[in-house]
Amino acid sequence: MSLLDLLRSLVFDHTIRTVALGTATLGVVSGALGAFAVLRRQSLLGDALSHAALPGVALAFMLTGLKTPIVLMLGAAFVGILAILLLEAVTRLTRLKEDSVLGIILSVFFGVGLLLLTFLQRNPDARQAGLNTFLFGQAATLLTRDVVTMAIFGGLALLVMAIFWKEFKLLSFDREFGGSLGFPMRALDIMLTSLLVVAVVIGLQAVGVVLMSAMVVAPAAAARQWTNRLGVMVALSALFGALAGVSGALISSLGSGLSTGPVIVLCISAIVLISVLLAPNRGLVWDKLRQRRNRRRLRGESVLLDFYRMSGQHSDALAPHPVAALLAINPQAEAVLERLAERGQVRRAAAGQWALTESGLAAARVLEEERLQKETD
Amino acid sequence: MSIAQIEIQLIAVVVAAACALPGVFLVLRGMAMMSDAISHTVLLGIVLSYFVVRTLDSPLLIFGAAAIGLLTVSLTELLNRTKLVKQDAAIGLVFPALFSIAVILISRFARGVHLDNDAVLLGELAFAPFDRISVLGLDLPHSLVVMAIILLINIAFIALFYKELKLATFDAGLAAALGFSPALIHYGLMALVSITAVGAFDAVGSILVVALMVTPAAAAYLLTDRLERMLGLSVLIGAGGAVGGYWLARANDANIAGSMATVIGLLFLLAFLFAPERGVVAIARRRGRQRWEFAQTMLAIHLLQHEGTPEAAVENRVDHLQEHLRWEPAFAQGVLRRAEAQEWVERDNGALSLTPQGRQAAQKALTR
Repeated sequence: MSLLDLLRSLVFDHTIRTVALGTATLGVVSGALGAFAVLRRQSLLGDALSHAALPGVALAFMLTGLKTPIVLMLGAAFVGILAILLLEAVTRLTRLKEDSVLGIILSVFFGVGLLLLTFLQRNPDARQAGLNTFLFGQAATLLTRDVVTMAIFGGLALLVMAIFWKEFKLLSFDREFGGSLGFPMRALDIMLTSLLVVAVVIGLQAVGVVLMSAMVVAPAAAARQWTNRLGVMVALSALFGALAGVSGALISSLGSGLSTGPVIVLCISAIVLISVLLAPNRGLVWDKLRQRRNRRRLRGESVLLDFYRMSGQHSDALAPHPVAALLAINPQAEAVLERLAERGQVRRAAAGQWALTESGLAAARVLEEERLQKETD
Repeated sequence: MSIAQIEIQLIAVVVAAACALPGVFLVLRGMAMMSDAISHTVLLGIVLSYFVVRTLDSPLLIFGAAAIGLLTVSLTELLNRTKLVKQDAAIGLVFPALFSIAVILISRFARGVHLDNDAVLLGELAFAPFDRISVLGLDLPHSLVVMAIILLINIAFIALFYKELKLATFDAGLAAALGFSPALIHYGLMALVSITAVGAFDAVGSILVVALMVTPAAAAYLLTDRLERMLGLSVLIGAGGAVGGYWLARANDANIAGSMATVIGLLFLLAFLFAPERGVVAIARRRGRQRWEFAQTMLAIHLLQHEGTPEAAVENRVDHLQEHLRWEPAFAQGVLRRAEAQEWVERDNGALSLTPQGRQAAQKALTR
């Protein structure tokens, strides 16, 4: 199938279009809200919240007997907020580190959820399958109705984020300052985390409990590499999330055994990898290049300076000089001299004999001046 | 109790104990979520080793899984060292990626093998006694033997490197200065976590491995300040949760692993609320006591300041406390009652005076 066919199916194939719309919605919402979580060093909160959703889903089903996503989502969100409050209380009142508390909440809530699920299994009309897809993710089961629900919930969450933008920004970067200005920082904290609960809950059906954490962390971690501005980061993060969602949905439609959730996660992981390597300024590749350029420049300068000092012992500073002495100081001096020659700072006078040029002499004098300046400082 | 029931409980206790030991160090070192990451990525190790040996019974699987566990740790550190992403984000990036690869490999190339998503995430202890192995002429459940070996390895590692682990956990700088390699200890510990996770996830599933590793250790941390006791308590809480969880599951015909996590979570909740010094109740009571003690000292200081001065007749009276110290009448009466009971203050027809004992207390508070 060519790329064109694939894109055509995005428009004309109803199932693929629905799935791609759903995963794109999820990507936008979790990407935007994940940016705050990552900046606030709460990357693993998404993981804990998605696991904590299990008992919520089970309870909602037990109480209502309905399997409609909106009911299950509400149950999951309710228990998710309960998990946040518990997390906040235990972290504040004990000496346990936050990651331990996250681990406890994640695993114990999940365990309780499993326990509740077994009660459901005994109920013959429960048909657990519906719940399982909700938890382990099966984007292929998304219906137009589900996508609309996701879009409404996600849109509301993004709207709240936009309304409280300034407050959330303050919360993320200087909580103490915000508190001193009289903002209710703890309430804002719980509110922002509750929005993350919404993002997690609408993602469960598409990517499942385990992989949801990647949808929170990865787009934001990738976006962070490209910018230092919060607004740009949130927008980029949402874009990366959507991109991964759509491409994941398309790729998984290509073959059997390519479940949407894992494919989306691999797509977003690839975006992270590219960002970490290639993003301007922060990217590792540019960093390495910069380091190499600096090393090269320093080596050139030091050879030029050595050469200048040696030639200073002659009456004529531009007279050719045997290179052997330089080689004793720096075995690679010859190669460095070649590079200096390309820049016109030295010239080869004869075999094994090099000489400074006028511009090289001038450059060396400036360098010497700088060195002396540094030593006297 | 039937033999099978005893065997299941024995396996549950051994799994819980094996998890609780390395869990103590994870909690103390602030690396609890690493157990979550490792318990998921060992799946990739199992799948890859399965492609090599083509069976799920080989001990090689454990080594393959442990290797991927260590790879998870080092990838996380590599990413963290670039300073481009923080530690917590690094964990959240690495393990979903490796887990996704594993899931896709299984569904593409290892269909029909008993290695599906649900089995990995959930585990089923109830079936453990059916898979048997003969050791030294004894007919034992396979997972009991595997987990007992892993438990012994954990005990041996911790006993052998106890001093080093303790030092590296509480004072990494000193450990490095004395010439112990913190990296070596760190990776040793992570190898333990990996083999324990892979051994345990067969029985309880990967997510509940986290419950068994982190929760008992965290509860124990609220109960004691000594490492030896914390290790012991953590094993006890884990084992208690295992047995309690088994009976809860049996009573409700429910998933054993989920019940174990539930009971251990309840035990943690008990520790959180009622731990002798660090529990919520103890904290609230301490705060309450401190409030009264502070008020009582305030009262003594107030009386001392005006003692023997002309205003004493006005200032050192019960009804004046409300005005001067801004105390509610009921609160002022309560403070007075306490001060009288401890013989700091004497009351004579509404006029208050300090006893020698009270005067001493006030002076001590002022010079402190």
